[in-house]
Amino acid sequence: MNQKNTKNIYLEMFWSFFKIGAFTIGGGYAMLPLIQREVVDRKKWIDSKEFLDMTVLAQTAPGLLAMNISIAVGNKIKGKKGALVSSIGAALPSFVSILIIAIFLTKFQDNIYIKKMFKALRPVVVALLVIPIITLSKGAGLNWKNVWMPIVAAVGISFFNLSPVWFILAAILGGIGWAYTKKRRVKE
Amino acid sequence: MIYLQIFISFFKIGIFGFGGGAAMISFFQYELVDKYGWISAPQLTDMIAVSQMTPGPIGINCATYAGYLATGTVWGSFIATFAIVLPSFIIMILLTRFVAKYANNLYIEKCMQILRPTVIGLIGAAVFSMLTEDTFGPNYSNISSWIIFIVSLFLLDKIKLNPLILIVAAAVIGLIIY
Repeated sequence: MNQKNTKNIYLEMFWSFFKIGAFTIGGGYAMLPLIQREVVDRKKWIDSKEFLDMTVLAQTAPGLLAMNISIAVGNKIKGKKGALVSSIGAALPSFVSILIIAIFLTKFQDNIYIKKMFKALRPVVVALLVIPIITLSKGAGLNWKNVWMPIVAAVGISFFNLSPVWFILAAILGGIGWAYTKKRRVKE
Repeated sequence: MIYLQIFISFFKIGIFGFGGGAAMISFFQYELVDKYGWISAPQLTDMIAVSQMTPGPIGINCATYAGYLATGTVWGSFIATFAIVLPSFIIMILLTRFVAKYANNLYIEKCMQILRPTVIGLIGAAVFSMLTEDTFGPNYSNISSWIIFIVSLFLLDKIKLNPLILIVAAAVIGLIIY
């Protein structure tokens, strides 16, 4: 009986995250309210305070926000196995649909209609990437003291062909150094 | 051993990919386009357009797509997707275990204060990498591309138009005008 129940919860989790993965178009932040509705309001697997903590954590950690939060929620409900089930559920719709498109596009990439569509879509994609720069600039508290950071990173990557990894590492080291000196100053 | 290379590349992106999907694009550009040539720059741009119309996070979409194009097999897709999520898996499970201890940690706070502006630069680099002749025509002279770009920017920023609608509309416009 007990075993049957645990099997059911895995299946239920898989289905919940599969639905979340399947119905969020555009990824990341679009998924958050859906996850909250499903796991907090409907299934009551976790409460809203826990969900908020997990969101903060998922945003702090590297990786994809939607996957991070799915893993955290799954882990909370049923440990590592739960995290595995929820992350596979969330990723599967994306994986399958892109695979189909990839197979289709490699066959039809020279098709004149496909070419026409993508010719119009490319400038749209550039605009789509300019938008997070605008919104994040407000959110990150960009001012004259730190505006050199994104400029150095963008120039280094674009014009000196440096790996973005170096800038992430530099930021982390800078943060550690900053916190360290601040702590020492407090002690003195 | 292309499968091992794919695994290492995407695992690396999973570890260092702070700031979500948009910020990851500069990693894709560097690793997949410039370093290994698994996909071309226009293919990456097209992929991002496709990502706006398909379910799921953009990073999973890019991994699945690039993995397939690099190898021509479903295995390539699977390994790339697995490798990009694996660091999340390890890091999130470790973090939730220590969350009470580190949630208000000064080190994490200061790192985030520097990471946030840095990540904006990463997205900026992704934008630069797409300002090419593939996007705006030979010598950047394609007026219709520039019009589409500026109108899109306006609709997204001022009207807050759903990107999905914009993508579908642009695809239809492309079929008509080109």
